[in-house]
Amino acid sequence: MKRIMWLGILAIILLVLALRTAQGHMLNPFDSFHGFGTWFAALLTLAIMSFLYNDNPVYRFAEHLFVGVSAAYWMVMGFWSTLVPNLFGKLWPSLTAKLFIPGIADQPRDPLWFLYFIPLVFGILLLLRLAPKGGYLSRWALALILGTTAGLRLIAFLTADFMGQIRATLNSVAGYVHPSLPGGTGVFSFEQMFWDVVSVIAIMAALSYFYFSKEHKGNFGRFSRVGIWVLMITFGAGFGYTVMGRIALLVGRVEFLLVDWLHVL
Amino acid sequence: MKRTIPLLITGVVGTVLVVAYFIPHPPFDSLREDFSIFFDIIASVAFILGGGNLIRMHGSRISRKESNWPYSVVTVLGFLLTLFVGLTKLGNPNGFLGSSVTTSGSYFYAAYEYIFRPAAATMFALLAFYVASASFRAFRAKNAEATILLLVAFIVLIGRTFVGELLTSWLPDSLHFLTIPYLVEKIMVVLNFAGNRAIMIGIALGIVSTSLKVIIGIDRSYLGSG
Amino acid sequence: MSRFMTIVEKLDTLDKRWVFLVVGLAVVVSTIFRLTFPERPTPMVCAIYEKIESLPEGSRVLLPFDYDPGSEPELQPMADAFVRHCCEKGLVMYFIALWPLGQNMVDGVIRRVLTVEYPDLEYGVDYVDMGYKAGNEGVIAVILTDLKKLYTTDAHGSSIQRIPMMEGISNIRSFDLILNISAGYPGLKEWIQYAGTPGNIPVAGGCTAVQAPLLYPYHPEQLLGLMGGIKAAAEYEALLLQGYPKFRNDKNRFQTALTRMGPQTIAHLSIVFFIILGNITFQILRRRRAQERQSQQRQE
Repeated sequence: MKRIMWLGILAIILLVLALRTAQGHMLNPFDSFHGFGTWFAALLTLAIMSFLYNDNPVYRFAEHLFVGVSAAYWMVMGFWSTLVPNLFGKLWPSLTAKLFIPGIADQPRDPLWFLYFIPLVFGILLLLRLAPKGGYLSRWALALILGTTAGLRLIAFLTADFMGQIRATLNSVAGYVHPSLPGGTGVFSFEQMFWDVVSVIAIMAALSYFYFSKEHKGNFGRFSRVGIWVLMITFGAGFGYTVMGRIALLVGRVEFLLVDWLHVL
Repeated sequence: MKRTIPLLITGVVGTVLVVAYFIPHPPFDSLREDFSIFFDIIASVAFILGGGNLIRMHGSRISRKESNWPYSVVTVLGFLLTLFVGLTKLGNPNGFLGSSVTTSGSYFYAAYEYIFRPAAATMFALLAFYVASASFRAFRAKNAEATILLLVAFIVLIGRTFVGELLTSWLPDSLHFLTIPYLVEKIMVVLNFAGNRAIMIGIALGIVSTSLKVIIGIDRSYLGSG
Repeated sequence: MSRFMTIVEKLDTLDKRWVFLVVGLAVVVSTIFRLTFPERPTPMVCAIYEKIESLPEGSRVLLPFDYDPGSEPELQPMADAFVRHCCEKGLVMYFIALWPLGQNMVDGVIRRVLTVEYPDLEYGVDYVDMGYKAGNEGVIAVILTDLKKLYTTDAHGSSIQRIPMMEGISNIRSFDLILNISAGYPGLKEWIQYAGTPGNIPVAGGCTAVQAPLLYPYHPEQLLGLMGGIKAAAEYEALLLQGYPKFRNDKNRFQTALTRMGPQTIAHLSIVFFIILGNITFQILRRRRAQERQSQQRQE
């Protein structure tokens, strides 16, 4: 009975869609490639949304298609945007210009072009992970990736996130920011100073919660409890913003279905 | 050999990048650039590795006829077709050498416009429903902390819309500090700011120490057990 | 059991699909009715607008588009508004992407805004698409000191040497402003960490609402201004409408974010309703269970 009801609803929807298409209110999927593509995109959207009711074969089809297409998409983008101009173009410029990107021919050759054999070799080593033997060699490439990431991050987080944030905290309690500095109005304000002091106390309280070398008892315990409240406020704000973001994405999809596909708006 | 060389590579590359910050002169500055470019190139090779892994995994599922193997066929076909039209720039209006692979009108562009784009956007849009469901089922004022979290989320949700402004617009100027937009502003700029700054300082310390451990070879977990 | 308690218990175990249905309907219906509300720009959004206003004509703006279709509905209105504003001010725009799909986002804004609304602007003179590069923060680390070492061609394969507006660009310090649009990693945070802070270059930008609270601590010292999610995009559109009345003509084209704030508001209200409903149910059941426990203890 339930199945018949669902089939009935589906038949009515299909009939309405067919009528609207026949009357020219919607793009005809058989008229143009764009029309076909828009229908396919709309059906794919609905297929994925069907997961909200239950896991089903239509959803799984869409999901698996998405995985395959996206993996290839990234691979192709990596190939054309980085491997060709920055690796092949450096090692074999004239051949790359002839076969792939003519614009490379205008580039003066890098005097240290032979250094690019290093990423070529390391790239091949990375791919050895797929080979049945010699997979351990891929660790060499992994080591280079990790070394670079660690080196870059160590400095970036130390300067921008650690020292930068401490400096900004210390600078902010004066209730006055010189107009030449970012965000500076040049006007002293008691209200601003009050909020700055509140903010500094809140930062200290939140940091005290993460300080585990001292037992959270007595005054310190009370202060770290304030820190928990600050963190809860932070998470609450984060949740509110997360909801906002997710809803915006849904609105975007609904607009696609109503405007681009159904043409009802 | 299996462990020493990778440790050496990580140590040398990491050290050079750190030293280059303090001594931005040759050879460190150029080495810093070179290592970063090598990293970029290898990162793009990682996409090939990802694709290869996907094919290996789904290929074995198909060959073993594991449960749901027909879906793996869909993945493999989607992958191979997109790869083919992307590498050959098939249907590109300006030809193979003419323009970017993402040029509108090519089959690769079609794969993006009619498959990737709707699928990716809808996958993320689904989260809106789950966030709503979580708000109803799990967002409960069970204790003081949970109540604070809930109240703040509530104020932010209302305050980031026109309704928030409307609800407290009748308040006189002397009670301006009680209006929802003012509360949201202070929550975000003072308290959320403070909490996130504390978290950020903590994360920064964590990343600095982890990076240091990787560079000097104390953390070797990436080498695996073999 | 009273009828009221039966309803409360049913609500407590309500199938999540009913919640989905209500949220879905709220969004669909409010989208159909095209509700729009006035927006009052917040200081962080005004800061970006004023920064762009203050730049002299011909200033160079780097526009990294680090997002993909997964966050496009939130960020595309922002990207369009930024580009429109840069065009109106006669700024020179350099598009790049650290996300593979960011390249498509750049293509989209060029197709949607630049070629349609500003056909007089010339590619290579007024704007250039330098394309996507793999490597995340590694890319920023390179272009901080030498841009042309990594970017040898633009996205279409033309040599960078032959693009007039690339003359005089040696590294990231050659830009007057970095205006990033970001959906995660790599994104605004990385531009602040690897370009803004070490290079002392002004950074501003928009990001998804999810990311926004995490980036507040960088403002104002390391981040000129921040736009979080569709609400901030709507505020920016409102600023553009005030500053450039010609954008009032076509609501569908120039007020995308403002239009989306209608369904957004209704959906927020529906979620707030569910939070209240969930909590009322929870408190009633908690009180009842406590009473039951007490009566059980008394009996014992």
